[in-house]
Amino acid sequence: MSGDRLRILLPVVSLAVLLASVFYLQPRAMSYFGLNLLFNLAVPLALATVAQMMIMMVNDIDLSIGTFVSFCACVTATFVHDAPLVGYSILALSVGVYALLGAVIHLRGLPAIVVTLGMSFVWGGLAVLILPSPGGAPPDWLRALMTMKPPLAPLAVIAPVIIALVGHQLIKKSALGVLLRGVGGNERAMERAGWSVWQLKATAYALAGLFGVMAGMALVGLTTSADANIALRYTLLSIAGVILGGGEFTGGRVSPVGAVIGALTLTLAASFLSFLRLSPDWQIGAQGAILILVLAVRLLFSRRERAA
Amino acid sequence: MTDESFDQVDGVEPRLKQLASRVVHKPWIWAYLTAALTFGATMIVSGGSGAASLLYAAFTFASFAAIVGVGQMFVITLGPGNVDLSIPAAMTLAATLSLKFMGGDASLILPGVIIALVIGLMCGVFNFALILLLRIPPIIATLSSSFLFQSLAIWSNRGLRIKPPDPLADFATGGTLSIPNVALVGFLVALLGWFVLERTIAGRWILAIGQNTRAAMLSGVPLNGVRFAVYTGSAVLAAFAGFLLANFSGGANLNMGAEYMLMSIAVVVIGGTSIAGGRSNIPGIWGASLFMFLVVSMLNSYGLGAGVRLVLTGLIIVLVVAFASKRSKAI
Repeated sequence: MSGDRLRILLPVVSLAVLLASVFYLQPRAMSYFGLNLLFNLAVPLALATVAQMMIMMVNDIDLSIGTFVSFCACVTATFVHDAPLVGYSILALSVGVYALLGAVIHLRGLPAIVVTLGMSFVWGGLAVLILPSPGGAPPDWLRALMTMKPPLAPLAVIAPVIIALVGHQLIKKSALGVLLRGVGGNERAMERAGWSVWQLKATAYALAGLFGVMAGMALVGLTTSADANIALRYTLLSIAGVILGGGEFTGGRVSPVGAVIGALTLTLAASFLSFLRLSPDWQIGAQGAILILVLAVRLLFSRRERAA
Repeated sequence: MTDESFDQVDGVEPRLKQLASRVVHKPWIWAYLTAALTFGATMIVSGGSGAASLLYAAFTFASFAAIVGVGQMFVITLGPGNVDLSIPAAMTLAATLSLKFMGGDASLILPGVIIALVIGLMCGVFNFALILLLRIPPIIATLSSSFLFQSLAIWSNRGLRIKPPDPLADFATGGTLSIPNVALVGFLVALLGWFVLERTIAGRWILAIGQNTRAAMLSGVPLNGVRFAVYTGSAVLAAFAGFLLANFSGGANLNMGAEYMLMSIAVVVIGGTSIAGGRSNIPGIWGASLFMFLVVSMLNSYGLGAGVRLVLTGLIIVLVVAFASKRSKAI
């Protein structure tokens, strides 16, 4: 338990340090409005990161999540807006496709990294078919939801907290979560214990699909339009976010709270640079540098953990 | 998982079958077979016209994928978790900086090539330093360093498109004996890769690490030395491919490497190399590279839109992998 606590401490501290330096550089960011602007775009990324986490939980990796979120954004901005019934069916169907992928990957022993790589073409192609040029509009309720101004704290702060809590309940507290992490920990043992691993893997993938759909919808709600390339960067950012949040590639060691914090950190890293008035050329580089920095500190932590 | 263990228990007969299937099905045969099929399917539509020019184009474009593929193959051979995601960024960075240095001046070609290769070397050293010092999984190490390389390329390039020196551009776009020059270079790289893999002790070491890292270490394989060589090798090949590609397409641009992240992994796996590591295949890389280009041109020749083309490309990749994986499980 204390190991788990220590594991989550580092992401929290790194986010706090980054946030403090942003506030130091730009005190005006320390307001309802400022926070909302800072973390606005973290909401879809946090959802996508949790989606990636579901896949990494079962020892796979999803290289198609960026194109999948783009696809969902395109569906939301077109079908869900114009013909809700068709739109929601498409989204539900795509979650089903994810479940199917999980089952097939397990049953046929396929390399997830390559299958999802192939699927990234498929989602990207479908997105182009649905929305050849940028455009579309979010359904009214979604726009209203994403621009909501709750009292006390802005939505951009409340939403990640909710996502983290829901993820935590689902993965860390529920019986299903234990089983799913068990698949990542020792697939064989789960099988011997009588669980159907392919069903569990399909469930993990379906959950990833579900969070991916929500990420796409949240993105359209924020940006009010979509295009086929809107979320391509999410693939790599979501992997980085999971790792930043203390997750591991193998062994089912993931943390939904950490993943959300990782996504927030990466979003903040980008704005941090603009507050430093550094050239935007370095934005991507800053995300890389912060990733490396946090991992370096984590190494020190884990050494101490082992020593203790 | 269970299937495998049952196979082992069953004994002699399946083992004979395994041997037979191993002889009949060389792992790389599928890559060439599917490439030939797609070529045939394209020819049926075009009525046989343009076969020579299609092949010429296929060999040209496949060579870039093949060069980065060879590097990626060695990385993937090291075992699960080993993938070089910094290939696109290393390509872009090397191409941008070396073209900027040459500035179109033909007398600076040799130092230009050297600069590209040295940048590749530095990218590889940086990647490996992250893996070794921070003990982070190679996927994340190469991912985070690719962010840095990319930023460096953006910063140095600033949207300028510098033309390559004319002799270099002529070489990259030209051909010798109706074979594209870049393809000749690609063959040389593949040959070199094959030699390293099959005929040197280093190649055996790489395979040994991929098959069982712990056993390899205990038997005295210099683990870190081999990994260092593999990661720098991959980055150098990526830089070289980026350099060639920039000269071929008349200048470097910032997303020139983008498609090669996927491509480098796809050609390795479709070419018959096991994603689980320890089993590599050089000839398959060329077959798969040709296949990847021919699929796109086949779908093009059917007059399909960009969207449909992408969807079909993706489905074909997934199907080929599903097929190839079943085969590797049987062996």
